Amino acid sequence: MLDIIIIGGGVVGTAIARELSRYRLKIALLEKEIEVAFGVSKSNSGIIHPGTQNKSGSLKGKLCVEGNTLIRKIASELGIDFQEVGQLIVAFNDEEVIRLKEIKVEGEKLGIKNMSIVDSAWLQENEPNLSKEVISALFIPSAGIISPYRMAYDLSENAAKNGVQIYTDNKVEKINVLEKRFEVITNKNKYQSRYVVNCAGLFADEISKMVGINDFVISPRKGQEFLLDKKRENITNHLIFPLPSKTSKGTLVIKTSDGNPMIGPTAEEIEDKHDLATDDNGLNEVLNSVKRLVPSINERDIIAYFAGLRPTSGSDFIIRHEDKVPGFVNVAGIQSPGLTAAPAIAVMVSDILKNNGLNLNKKLFFRRFRKKTVHLFKTDNAQMRKIIKKDSGYGDIVCRCEMVSKREIEEAIERGAKTLDGVKFRTRAQAGRCHGGFCTTRILKILSEKLNIPFVELTKRGGKSKIVVKERT
Amino acid sequence: MIERDLVIVGGGPAGMAAAVSAHENGVKDILLLERDQFLGGILNQCIHTGFGLNYFKEILTGPEFADRFIKKIDDIKDIEVSLKSFVIKLNNNLEITYLKPGEMNEVKAKAVIMATGCRERTREMAHIAGTRPSGIFSAGLAQKLINVEGLLAGNEVVVVGSGDIGLIMARRMTLEGAKVKAVIEIQKQSKGLVRNIVQCLDDFGIPLYLSHKISRIYGQDRVNKVDVVKVDDKYNEIPGTKFEISCDTVLISAGLIPENELIEMAGVEIDRKTNTPVATDKNKTSIEGLFVCGNAFQIYDLVDSVARDSILAGKMAAEYLKDKK
Repeated sequence: MLDIIIIGGGVVGTAIARELSRYRLKIALLEKEIEVAFGVSKSNSGIIHPGTQNKSGSLKGKLCVEGNTLIRKIASELGIDFQEVGQLIVAFNDEEVIRLKEIKVEGEKLGIKNMSIVDSAWLQENEPNLSKEVISALFIPSAGIISPYRMAYDLSENAAKNGVQIYTDNKVEKINVLEKRFEVITNKNKYQSRYVVNCAGLFADEISKMVGINDFVISPRKGQEFLLDKKRENITNHLIFPLPSKTSKGTLVIKTSDGNPMIGPTAEEIEDKHDLATDDNGLNEVLNSVKRLVPSINERDIIAYFAGLRPTSGSDFIIRHEDKVPGFVNVAGIQSPGLTAAPAIAVMVSDILKNNGLNLNKKLFFRRFRKKTVHLFKTDNAQMRKIIKKDSGYGDIVCRCEMVSKREIEEAIERGAKTLDGVKFRTRAQAGRCHGGFCTTRILKILSEKLNIPFVELTKRGGKSKIVVKERT
Repeated sequence: MIERDLVIVGGGPAGMAAAVSAHENGVKDILLLERDQFLGGILNQCIHTGFGLNYFKEILTGPEFADRFIKKIDDIKDIEVSLKSFVIKLNNNLEITYLKPGEMNEVKAKAVIMATGCRERTREMAHIAGTRPSGIFSAGLAQKLINVEGLLAGNEVVVVGSGDIGLIMARRMTLEGAKVKAVIEIQKQSKGLVRNIVQCLDDFGIPLYLSHKISRIYGQDRVNKVDVVKVDDKYNEIPGTKFEISCDTVLISAGLIPENELIEMAGVEIDRKTNTPVATDKNKTSIEGLFVCGNAFQIYDLVDSVARDSILAGKMAAEYLKDKK
């Protein structure tokens, strides 16, 4: 029997798994997709928010500010790139400047440090591509960027190193509440545990319903995002935000950990939890909004689109022990700033479990460190020369647009990638301007060889997403 | 840093033709860098015929056309071919950094010819709305899968774009047992060669929809259908014309984009619309001694024309090197 079952292998589930793996506990993480981070987390913007624009007293505000600090430690322990690039919320007129000052006061109440109002001369010097119409901005230095999927992958890898059993392709279908334990039935297997932590993202309401708690609903809010060519990496130096609206932080100009700038997202209330379609309305809306912030953004620089769904439920996160079902913890409605808050959510969940009778005894040896993954595109020439000399596979380029070597792709597979998308999210191979036109064939070969799977069985992202239908013999 | 007289980047038809021609015009020290494991470039996956009519006065397949140049290159000692060699940097001083398995090398060239070819426009660039399941391929990728690896991309296919690659792939997929349900062309006329319309579509009864576009792709895991609409002169959907085609595969053949990221990095002025160097003359760039030829300079319909103009580029580079001495 297990101590804890964590349902959902997004960034929240993997952060909880890693946090709890410090203790002498038997833990399993169940993920319905073929790899972790394939749900909500994969389309996250990768922004580590400073915590502004959250109500004081809200879970979002508290956990975001705490998470912003905790994530730095996790990033350094796990070798995930975190860059504190800073954020600018911009104002176009005097009225908006008043709002900036209000946001600053609210942020200070939440404990955000070193914010300042900067003028157009400062902006001219530090953010030269910003629209000349911007008269002032709130500069928040503690905002940063991280790769959301690499964070989830690395958390899950480290959790597994510390004994957590990760079961992918395991969709929870039923939960039986038995005496002092749960029986969780998936499409593959049955698991029993004393505690269940539900962080099933878009489907957290459906999982909760399985134990009879149905007082919240998760509504998907779609965000379409558009990725620019890496050659425009320095179009901005900071994350650029307009003033927030009620439902969203607005359409942003985002720096990403991979170097490709991103513009978006839209905020569309929809019904279907599987609707990841993009359209021209989304594109035009985003382009119009961001050109107001940075006029030199050019449609021709867009190399990829995608859509993600925020799992929303009311205005705040739902993180609580369900007293009616002792041992069951809901972690639901984790929309923005969920990525930032994830490490703090993990600590909070561990406290909730402790307060509800779980003994947290520290392991003698907790492997807190993880060897940093090599990404050639982030490596300077001197270092690259050394790496290639040591392992010739790093000099064998497979993805020409994003400069990803054969060795990096092999390593991604060794670390858990099973699909084309898994390779893409880990390495960026196929994510550049040619969209895999040149490298997909070679990646398929490497996947087939390393995993010992025939070509016709390989998928884009699991399930029925097969790539080729026939192999000529 | 090693110095070379002429470095040519790209070992497809353009790079090979330029190398042979530069040698014929007196260049004795040539380094040809090719990122793949073979010379020949995209010709290697073009197993259909129709190449070489103008240049060799014969009908050849792509690999046969490539082979004629590969043999010439093999016979010329002054051309050093470096395969699996990927250029990561070029600067305006004509210094090149390239990677090979196990090595990082730097070379300073007196003259450089870039023969880096082109890439295909993607589904995003063609503005096709909808989901992103598996089953969406660029036509060239599907071609490489079937012709080089023996892997069939799908069973029921809709092709977007009736340029030559789209037409040839419609036939190729049909011959491999797939059902090609339609070729969708947004323009009023196909840009493809007439012989290809006849031999690739008409002969197989594949319908060509002119002034149509795919307005949406559907499917969660794999493509399951597309919406097709008729468009007006401004390419906008004409209401009431929508129909759907069920399919598991969409091949995108929506045009080609010259690959000029390296010369852009070196500071060459690039036309944002065509992604080609802004130039006063054919094969020239705004940097002296840096030439661009083949599909990187402009998109050609025929490889014969690529060879012709790349031979000119080789000659231009040779003359430039002579003048420099």
